[in-house]
Amino acid sequence: MSHAAPHPAPLTSQDRALRRPGRGRAPRRAGQDRARRRRNLAPLLFISPWILGFLIFTLWPVIYSAYLSFTDYDVINAPNWVGLDNYRQLAEDPKIGLSLWNTAYYTFIGVPLHILVSLALALLLNQAGRSAGFFRTAFFLPKMTPPVAAGILLLLLFNGEQGLVNEVLGWFGFDGPSWTTDPTWVKPGLILLSLWSIGSSTIILLAALRNVPNELYESARVDGAGFLQRTVHVTLPMISGTIFFLVIVNTIGHFQTFTEAYTAYFGSGNTTYSNDAALFYVIYLFQQGFEFLHMGYASAMAWLLFVIIMIFTAIQLWFSQRFVFYEGRQ
Amino acid sequence: MATTTSLPTGDTFPEPELLAVSRPSEAARRRRPRGLLGRVLVLLALSALTIVFIYPFVWLISASFKPRGEVFDNKLIPETFTFQNYLDVWQEAPIGLWLLNTAIVTVLAAVTVTISSAMVAWGFSYFRFRGREVLFGVVLATMMLPGAVTLIPTFLIWDALGQVGTLTPLWAGNLFGSAFYIFLMRQFFLTLPRETFEAAQIDGAGNWRIFTRIALPLVKPALVVTLLFEFQAAWTDLMRPLIYLRDSSTFTIPRGLKAMLDQFGFGGEWHWEIVVTASVIATVPMIVIFFIGQRYFIEGVATTGTKG
Repeated sequence: MSHAAPHPAPLTSQDRALRRPGRGRAPRRAGQDRARRRRNLAPLLFISPWILGFLIFTLWPVIYSAYLSFTDYDVINAPNWVGLDNYRQLAEDPKIGLSLWNTAYYTFIGVPLHILVSLALALLLNQAGRSAGFFRTAFFLPKMTPPVAAGILLLLLFNGEQGLVNEVLGWFGFDGPSWTTDPTWVKPGLILLSLWSIGSSTIILLAALRNVPNELYESARVDGAGFLQRTVHVTLPMISGTIFFLVIVNTIGHFQTFTEAYTAYFGSGNTTYSNDAALFYVIYLFQQGFEFLHMGYASAMAWLLFVIIMIFTAIQLWFSQRFVFYEGRQ
Repeated sequence: MATTTSLPTGDTFPEPELLAVSRPSEAARRRRPRGLLGRVLVLLALSALTIVFIYPFVWLISASFKPRGEVFDNKLIPETFTFQNYLDVWQEAPIGLWLLNTAIVTVLAAVTVTISSAMVAWGFSYFRFRGREVLFGVVLATMMLPGAVTLIPTFLIWDALGQVGTLTPLWAGNLFGSAFYIFLMRQFFLTLPRETFEAAQIDGAGNWRIFTRIALPLVKPALVVTLLFEFQAAWTDLMRPLIYLRDSSTFTIPRGLKAMLDQFGFGGEWHWEIVVTASVIATVPMIVIFFIGQRYFIEGVATTGTKG
């Protein structure tokens, strides 16, 4: 974290709000007190929207969701306390295991690919000189597509018989699979689609690359380091903080993937497919909560997800402390 | 989080160069490969990748001008060029109404979250008060909470308020600010030199006046970034419209697009040309917004990565 206040003044009680110079002697004591009280109230007024929102839309939901996870609740009837039943059911429900497997597959293959491809694009862009701006725009554009439209594009372009992807593969003599219907290929298709929108990671990595001090490259060059050596020994250590930031953010994002897969493989009217291959955890949670109205069970599912995300984030932070090079810390 | 840059110390006014994080420095520009061959290869690789990234849009737009039988022919130029799909799509679904609903939600969501987050961010950066660091830590901690945890109780709140089925749940939560934008804007406020406000305070300006007249204009880029980010998020969201909207007349465009896919895609009708055309209509406003605010989008994204 680097948001240290740029004006490091001691934090005393009189200092909470700025004092006006020239005033502040004995007379008009009452008025002065009122003024000070008003000044102390000011920060509270400014942050009050967040305080209200935190109490109503975060704190209460967290508490109530924890409570609901120990109940049966279908919105119509009052919650019925069932103790640990929901959590026991989590262990027995085969779709929990399935959706966790699907989500892990998507995350642990998708995130490394996401990082590798965006890093490759950023390294290329960093070599592109003046034209980098144009290409950067082109790579970012897919990020603007509504995920529903991306899910539709998946169905169209990855169609096994008529899709563009298989047509292009055919030019090179490959017989493309049925991406959208063969359970083996549904997740690889979704991962490829997710790589389409790596624009923001590319931009973040490019910004990090441009912040690497040029002197480091100069001295590496003097030492006779080639492009590959410079990349491994100078570039990667210098941007490792950014890479870890992207790994953590994207892991959390991939764990909660929903829209593209839901659009393409779930919803009314779509009964012809075996959807199991695309049943990600949050999709199953959504179904349990809002389609089957098993809100207690869905709440228990949410807490399991919370624990999983916390564990993986903690592991990643532990790793980053070991392996990430932060400037100014030897 | 992880960062390799430190904040500017605050001697200069940041506007508008504050957002210049990823602009190539003189040094970066000199770092090009020296050989002509190397440069040509880099440009060739980037051009090929650009085609991969852009072609799906081209395919989609091209397909929207093809008659039903030719949608899947993968030809760049339609063999039979037709506007019929664009006429049909308005007949088949209340697209105009969906666009209007989406516009209402998007504008309200973006404007409210920008104002409220700016206020809160200012409260956390200008004032010093007891518990400030702890409270701001809570702001940051809420960003780590998966949305799934609060999803159901939040639905129950809107249900209790009788707002399920209306557009309100899609934006009204933004009245209370959003942790990510609060964090982002606080980073910008912290770069402003304190003397600016001390002078105004001596002149007798109140807190609100200092905030609206001096602080806000100085962080205009951050306000624009917030507006644009939230505009995009609200325009493209599917999950909340799925949860909160029931009647097709209240749908936003992503929710409507999903309904059209279910009806005209797999539903048995196989009118993919309608689905394709509706997808173009849903996407084009985002492309337009991107090109209007391109600099802010790209610099904003770069900033979130390096200042995070």
